Amino acid sequence: MKDLGFIEIAIRIRERFGDGIAAADDKRLIIEPPRLAEIAAFLRDDPELNLDYLSSVTAIDHKTDFTLIYRLYSLSQNHRLTMRVPVADRVSPAVPSVTPIWRGADLQEREVFDLFGIEFSGHPNLKRLFLWEGFPGYPLRKDWVSRGP
Amino acid sequence: MAIENPGQPVYSDIELDAREGAIVESFFAEHQTAIPDPADWIGAPPLPDNILLTTVDKVINWSRHYSLWPVTFGLACCAIEMMCTAASRFDIARFGMEVFRASPRQADLMIIAGTLTWKMAPWLKRIYDQMPEPKWVLAMGACGTSGGIFKGSYSVVPGFNKVVPIDVYVPGCPPRPEALLQAIMEIHNKIEKMSPTRKASGV
Repeated sequence: MKDLGFIEIAIRIRERFGDGIAAADDKRLIIEPPRLAEIAAFLRDDPELNLDYLSSVTAIDHKTDFTLIYRLYSLSQNHRLTMRVPVADRVSPAVPSVTPIWRGADLQEREVFDLFGIEFSGHPNLKRLFLWEGFPGYPLRKDWVSRGP
Repeated sequence: MAIENPGQPVYSDIELDAREGAIVESFFAEHQTAIPDPADWIGAPPLPDNILLTTVDKVINWSRHYSLWPVTFGLACCAIEMMCTAASRFDIARFGMEVFRASPRQADLMIIAGTLTWKMAPWLKRIYDQMPEPKWVLAMGACGTSGGIFKGSYSVVPGFNKVVPIDVYVPGCPPRPEALLQAIMEIHNKIEKMSPTRKASGV
């Protein structure tokens, strides 16, 4: 399985969606959130890339901001890509959902919503997955303080 | 005749979720202190010298402790060891308790095997309440005694004695089947020391 080059992908995304929406060096590909859904559809539908399988969606808390990480595979082209989406707003973080593009993102986005409190706009059924309704706060955030004994 | 479309359910999904969440939150608030282990059977005053009562006690205790039926309550990895205990190598059937009941109404012993989360705890309490007296509870594994490696987590009950009174704790993560058998024999010892006729006559 081949890893796609981050810089080439960033160049292709910039050609299509305009400057400032994607940045890359040799270690990471960073995509700004506003047009994430369109970019995801492009990555899936482009015949050369054809990244048709979303392996995982996860999040990192950097104490001041969040980063979402999407791991994509192409089962037909036999290559893969990891992309990062920074979420700067800590008070009400929101990014476009990719569930309409990859159905498998459904539960994973709900998990991130449950434990980090990042909202995925456009998700068809965004509610808590593991924890119960009424649970105070988001426990995988770095500033969450445990309650109880 | 066509089957009528039932239309909208009585509760929407989110209403059911909110109701469940309210149950879990109120349960969390009510169960922050440990329930003391039942110890009234230790050092109980001797029975009146009545050969009939003591003999009846012995017979009842003997019959109880050789057919202690556990309720199925496997929550996590400890349940694998519990199944192993029930299987042929360790063979819990030697103690007359191979019948893991799926209904709490037919069970005397609850082997809580695994990690208990606050989301599950109200339903553990409900199953415990549905078991008929006399009943015994065996907390299996480190999660049962203190929450184990999950102590301090946002979702795990730190020790089952927050929820139900526990008769025997089994340490280990998970305990070996030998340890579970030892704990079951401790429960047998405890049953032998009880006096059911005293309880019935209220002396």
